[in-house]
Amino acid sequence: MAYSDKVIDHYNHPRNVGSLPKEDPSVGTGLVGAPECGDVMKLQVKINPASQVIEEAKFKTFGCGSAIASSSLATEWVKGKTVEEALSIKNTDIVRELSLPPVKIHCSVLAEDAIKAAIGDWKKKQGMEVAAEERAAHD
Amino acid sequence: MAVKLPIYMDNHATTPVDPRVVEAMLPYFNERFGNAASRNHPFGWTAEEAVENARAQIASLINATPKEIIFTSGATESDNLAIKGVAGMYREKGNHIITQVTEHKAVLDTCKHLEKEGFEVTYLPVEKDGRISLDDLRRAVTPKTILITIMYANNEIGVVQPIPEIGKLAKEKGIYFHCDGVQAVGKIPVDVQRDNIDLLSLSAHKLYGPKGVGALYVRRRNPRMQLAALIDGGGHERGMRSGTLNVPGIVGFGKACEIAQQEMPQESARLSALRDRLQGNLFRELEEIYINGSMEHRLPHNLNCSFAFVEGESLLMGINDVAVSSGSACTSATLEPSYVLKALGVGEDLAHTSIRFGLGRFNTAEEVDYVSSRVVETVRRLRDLSPLYEMAKEGVDLSKMNWKVS
Repeated sequence: MAYSDKVIDHYNHPRNVGSLPKEDPSVGTGLVGAPECGDVMKLQVKINPASQVIEEAKFKTFGCGSAIASSSLATEWVKGKTVEEALSIKNTDIVRELSLPPVKIHCSVLAEDAIKAAIGDWKKKQGMEVAAEERAAHD
Repeated sequence: MAVKLPIYMDNHATTPVDPRVVEAMLPYFNERFGNAASRNHPFGWTAEEAVENARAQIASLINATPKEIIFTSGATESDNLAIKGVAGMYREKGNHIITQVTEHKAVLDTCKHLEKEGFEVTYLPVEKDGRISLDDLRRAVTPKTILITIMYANNEIGVVQPIPEIGKLAKEKGIYFHCDGVQAVGKIPVDVQRDNIDLLSLSAHKLYGPKGVGALYVRRRNPRMQLAALIDGGGHERGMRSGTLNVPGIVGFGKACEIAQQEMPQESARLSALRDRLQGNLFRELEEIYINGSMEHRLPHNLNCSFAFVEGESLLMGINDVAVSSGSACTSATLEPSYVLKALGVGEDLAHTSIRFGLGRFNTAEEVDYVSSRVVETVRRLRDLSPLYEMAKEGVDLSKMNWKVS
């Protein structure tokens, strides 16, 4: 199976790799997937409390090239967006942008979940109400 | 010295045809194109002579007689013919078959097919090292057991089963013994007499011969095996496999076996030295890598290891000028990680990080060094990208995490 040029580009030059301080109240961490399934994504966002704009995003991913590309793209997309805007990113947008084949759609689903889980974690720290889909099961 | 890219190191999947084999085959496409079954002209005689010569070359490699070699389209057909052939011919003797969980799908799926037809199949487990326990085998035998089918060596982990012991047990109990010898024949000494094998599946393209041709060794003496045919037709191959013979393929198969027999001692020593070099390079540079399967009972040219915290397909993507394969789910059609590694008790997390290296006749030490340096560099890069590596470094016990599975 051949990879799309965009997947290869993200794999070779992943954007925003790294970690933000988990304990920082302005940082939300989403950790989704499982090692047994072959995919784990950690996506972190740093959110300006006043403007609710995502000022920074970082990721680390254990997974195939498409999983790495999906999470790399997700960090690129959420940066500069408001929480509300970031939550509207759909996995299908990622599929389209990266031209993912059907067997790799789960990678995009995981990336969407990671965004929601990261924002959910931040909301919880802020004492805000967290929607069910934004709740990471392991916290 | 610069190595030529890409490098092929996936010789359990297939092997390149040896140039000496190609040379032997060429006349049989156009000059000597006869049908080996044409009995009344020289075109047929020439083809038949070539086929008989190949039969002798193949038989010699496994210590059989030429008449015991039945040509097929490949080892999948050989496995089907052996297992279904015994099932069809000896059903009144019993309906129980014993196999084991890390067999090739050509054996497992054939057994599943027979289960639907009323046969009972025991799938023996394997130990951590990938080998079956002879006690388990002994306990599995019932008065209804007609066939034991166990592979010589595994295609993923290269682990060699205790074949002489299994053959001895089968003989004592009067049970037929089929062995899928695809990965072993031509690589390590296989001897149907010493090993008491009644049926042995072979494939040309795994030993530097062409694709599309294989054989089944069918014992003719002590006991004389009979098989129900799968394909009806002109009664070729002693009625067990009808169809015009693939003469150029068979000639190539024979030549490949002849070369393998002559060169096996030097070649296996050279390949196991290369394999040890590969293993040494990787283990010197990387932590948290694990060998899958026994190192003691293993084909000389196989290395299968798991690179913890690095998913296999992403590793393959990073070493894209090297052809190896992975037990990761992402590289399989089923999205399940390797059933072979699971059977060994390798956790699914580590199964996803496994890579199979299959060295071959045309690999060099320079290639091994290049491949290991690419793997080391890519594993390091991907570990820097891996949340699991980060968590493990922080002392998190990954097995105790409550993972969110979407």
